[in-house]
Amino acid sequence: MCLGIPGRVIDIVEQNGILMGRVDFGGVVKEACLAMTPEATVGDYVIVHAGFAISRLDEAAAEETLELLRAIDAQAAAEDEPQP
Amino acid sequence: MKYLDEFRQPELARKLADEIRQTVTRPWTLMEVCGGQTHAFLRFGLESLLPPEIELVHGPGCPVCVTPLELIDKAIAIAARPEVIFCSFGDMLRVPGSGSDLFRVRAAGGDVRVVYSPLDCLALAQAHPDRQVVFFAIGFETTAPGNAMAVWQARQRGIANFSLLVSHVRVPPAITAILSAPGNRVQGFLAAGHVCTVMGYWEYEPLAERFHVPIVVTGFEPTDLLQGILQAVRQLERGQHVVENAYGRAVRREGNQPAQQLIAQVFEPCDRAWRGIGVIPDSGWRLRDEFAAFDAERRFDVGQIQTQESSICISGLVLQGRRKPTECPAFGTLCTPAHPLGATMVSSEGACAAYYRYGHLANALIDR
Repeated sequence: MCLGIPGRVIDIVEQNGILMGRVDFGGVVKEACLAMTPEATVGDYVIVHAGFAISRLDEAAAEETLELLRAIDAQAAAEDEPQP
Repeated sequence: MKYLDEFRQPELARKLADEIRQTVTRPWTLMEVCGGQTHAFLRFGLESLLPPEIELVHGPGCPVCVTPLELIDKAIAIAARPEVIFCSFGDMLRVPGSGSDLFRVRAAGGDVRVVYSPLDCLALAQAHPDRQVVFFAIGFETTAPGNAMAVWQARQRGIANFSLLVSHVRVPPAITAILSAPGNRVQGFLAAGHVCTVMGYWEYEPLAERFHVPIVVTGFEPTDLLQGILQAVRQLERGQHVVENAYGRAVRREGNQPAQQLIAQVFEPCDRAWRGIGVIPDSGWRLRDEFAAFDAERRFDVGQIQTQESSICISGLVLQGRRKPTECPAFGTLCTPAHPLGATMVSSEGACAAYYRYGHLANALIDR
């Protein structure tokens, strides 16, 4: 129900006074309401829930998380090395 | 797909699981609040990666499951009216009411339709000015802004033949109720990531402080879920209890301000009955008086509703994390997704449906 799918904004238009746009979900394009992510521009990724974008994805924060995960990986790998 | 594949890398998930195993020194019980997370855990088989010390109990974050029976019965009564086009998200159609469900209403000639977005209902209302279009507005904070937008738009555009049957619920009062219940075993929470995209996580800080529980805002992909568990376990092992955000790419502490403003303009807090649990104070939203004209409960008089729950179903205990689905005598026999006794067997986010669907993994967990 609270399912949200990340997709890329491919255009933005104003319809009945609110921001709407098309969002590309890995090749499947759907219309979404962008009124709650007014900061999103074409090319940005947003999380869409039931036809509404509810969050613009922060690329730097995503990269930070992945860095953290890779660091665990590297740390664990170092611990797996036989000690001299 | 970007923002999905990176967070599904099996090698990162395994390393996170190893890290959890190395961190944990004694048993801990965590609750994932959101049914979408329950589903993802079982779907990706993550429970099998976790050490035996970590027990996950499944929370009440399945809106289809907690929508009160009285409201389901009202929906059924409204949907059966000849002038009504009744619109809903698909999962609600099979939810058992006292004597029927929305699928049976449709089979008997009722105009019951599944929509993707509440805005679809406005287009329907404009296309059928002689009919009444009613949308079953259920859901947590994630869904509320869209439903608020539909009502707001209806008023702006003068679409009078549209109304909402509202059963909105909120997570923080449910967490309070779970932690205040006698015999509570939950020691830490994974907060529902998409609820927090809308509401932020400042509301959880007083809860973490008051009940001494770590609360970690968590996403929905395998590494997100394992990272949420790792951060909660690290806090528990250190004796900490703060709110942390493990879903930084989507969630900010203050949440989505335009969405919150829209909710506040259209809805106001109210007490709400949760199916299988009971009334939780201040746990719902209802339409404000200025939007009363769009309230289906006020628009349609359906008379007195006499509700009748299944006497066998234990979905209330499942929703509170006090029983596993497989502990129900009807699980998989009298109660299946094709013939559900309770809503937890209906929704893709319901714990019973998830255990039924991914049964081999669930059994491995129970046997452990």
